[in-house]
Amino acid sequence: MKTHFEALPPAVALLVAALLVIGAGLTLIGAVGLLRLPTFYERIHAPTLGTSGGTAGIVTASMVLFSVLAGRLAVHELLIGFFVTITTPVTLMLLGRAALYRDRSEAKAEADRAAREAE
Amino acid sequence: MTRHLPHPILTATVILMWLLLNRFSVGHLLLGALVGVIAGKAMSALRPPRVRPRRWWLIPGLALRVLGDIGGSNLAVAGQILRGAERRVPGFVEIGLRLRDPFALGILATILTAMPGTAWIQYDRASGRLLLHALDLGDGTDWAGIVRERYEGPLMEIFE
Repeated sequence: MKTHFEALPPAVALLVAALLVIGAGLTLIGAVGLLRLPTFYERIHAPTLGTSGGTAGIVTASMVLFSVLAGRLAVHELLIGFFVTITTPVTLMLLGRAALYRDRSEAKAEADRAAREAE
Repeated sequence: MTRHLPHPILTATVILMWLLLNRFSVGHLLLGALVGVIAGKAMSALRPPRVRPRRWWLIPGLALRVLGDIGGSNLAVAGQILRGAERRVPGFVEIGLRLRDPFALGILATILTAMPGTAWIQYDRASGRLLLHALDLGDGTDWAGIVRERYEGPLMEIFE
């Protein structure tokens, strides 16, 4: 039995590899950003690279590979992209609002203490 | 629509998903249609507000624009992360939205959150004000104008 790699025409293999590298690269840059960006609000932007461009690259690579290997259109991976896209905002908004709430209550506590000390 | 198809869009989406997950055949079309109709009825038991796109033919154009913008901002944000913090000004933007349809607002939130570089933080329904965080406010980019013209405008045309 041939392996996937042997059954694949070289041009398609190159295309799939390029898409995988782009997708994985964007996800990696997003992860680096999550580690390196200085503030919380900046850090929540970084993983979005993985959920948008990263997912798109890897999902497209998978669609091309299995469409060519199976000889028919394999597009159910689109569902992965769709569901990743519509579920990310839930987590991000939850985190963003929690951070905003914390910042506002801390700022208020700070202001209250300053006011008490001024009296 | 009718008594048997209270949520036609949901039913159509479930059928499409069923066909993608299995394979395109008459048998799966019938089975998927059955699941879709049951899902529509189950959904109406929850009594969600109805989704009524008025100009649905504008949706593909908006989808293409969003995909293009997401691709572009992926590259922009990747560049900003690799370059480090210099010359980048992160910050909040407050935007007064005229859009009121909850479903359209949900789509706008998904667009802005899926777009690297912008994050939907808080929306106040009473005043219609949205608090957006941008990874780079630099160069005097008019974020409020971009959001209103590129996404809110088309969504209002589609839904209101």
